[in-house]
Amino acid sequence: MMALLDLSLAALLLLLALGVVAERQERGAIIAFLAFGLMLGLAWLRLAAPDVALTEIAIGGGVTGILLLRAEAALRGRGKTEEPLRRTGRLAVAVACAMISAGLGYAVLRFATPAPTLAPAAAEALPATELGNPVTAVLLAYRALDTLLEKVVVLLALIGVWSLAPDGLWGGAPVVKPAAVPAPLAWLARVLPPFGVVIGIYMFWVGADAPGGTFQAGTVLAAMWLLVTMAGLYPAPDTGARLPRLLLAGGPVLFLGIAFLGFVFAEGFLAYPEGLAKPLIVAIEAALTLSVAAALALLVAGPARKAPAR
Amino acid sequence: MSMGLLADIATIVLVSAGALLFLAGALGLLRFPDSLSRLHAISKADNLGLGLIVLGLMPQAGSIAGGLKLVCVWLLAQLSAATASQLLARALQRDRTRP
Repeated sequence: MMALLDLSLAALLLLLALGVVAERQERGAIIAFLAFGLMLGLAWLRLAAPDVALTEIAIGGGVTGILLLRAEAALRGRGKTEEPLRRTGRLAVAVACAMISAGLGYAVLRFATPAPTLAPAAAEALPATELGNPVTAVLLAYRALDTLLEKVVVLLALIGVWSLAPDGLWGGAPVVKPAAVPAPLAWLARVLPPFGVVIGIYMFWVGADAPGGTFQAGTVLAAMWLLVTMAGLYPAPDTGARLPRLLLAGGPVLFLGIAFLGFVFAEGFLAYPEGLAKPLIVAIEAALTLSVAAALALLVAGPARKAPAR
Repeated sequence: MSMGLLADIATIVLVSAGALLFLAGALGLLRFPDSLSRLHAISKADNLGLGLIVLGLMPQAGSIAGGLKLVCVWLLAQLSAATASQLLARALQRDRTRP
């Protein structure tokens, strides 16, 4: 019975992936990609990886989808005059993609069985971190450097988006609100955020001991902020304003600060002093959640389109 | 007959009914001629189908908090589905009156 479910999930994923590639209309392809992200989340659930599933659905399905949809809307009717890819160009892309797929397939088929795993080592060291969720322990204790760099990459992406603003508008506000706000959207933006904020905080808080964490919680909080801004209830802030920039920098700065303090109070860079691991990790996660929420929301909001208020 | 068996039977019946409604909704989505009737079909599946599935899963929730979470999932899905349907229907009507 479960094999049937797994097989149909795999078939659906392949069909959706083909649909994304074969769909000629950009918007149709993006919507297929959204569905693909959702199904991929279900596949991760079947692989007993709820943390990855939550992130895939929130980032792969949610944030990437709305980023692509907004990009498509901004590009629609512009730059359509250029020639589409020639036949040879398309063939080259197809061959390159097929080669990557074949290489990945080869690598997967060559995996040793049973696969080499660090799971027992991760579980063994878990009591030292006082955390209950081994995934959070990997992200913030064993492999904290990766996580730190990951969050900085998100900030770099945002700086890239902001840099697209014309000089005169630098530091100004992005425009998220549509020209006319439909009444149901305004209603949803009043009703949903209280629940969304509670769910976001819960996902961050529970991340220490159960599936959840900064990216998932940050995405939910970002979605709530975007909903309020898109409904025109609260304007998008100036990108030069102090509060958003403090929120953005706060997470990585706190993370780096605690990392360097590890030289003084523990065994080195990114080491936590004994007994303080859990409170420090929760503090870092709290600041990172706010940073991720602000970064994702401002990424979707895009570059400044209004001159800064002076 | 024990309570456990009764609960299991209720779960099977209710979840199957919910799955059937989803199937009907999907069929409507594929077969109905215009966007408004497709929206009509899919919203029925969303509301009643998910409601029946949540109701069917309640006896298996294990705790009051678990059951309440299931109800919250249904309510949130209702909220977003109702709003999305309204937004889609409005967009359709706008396109129709202003060709």
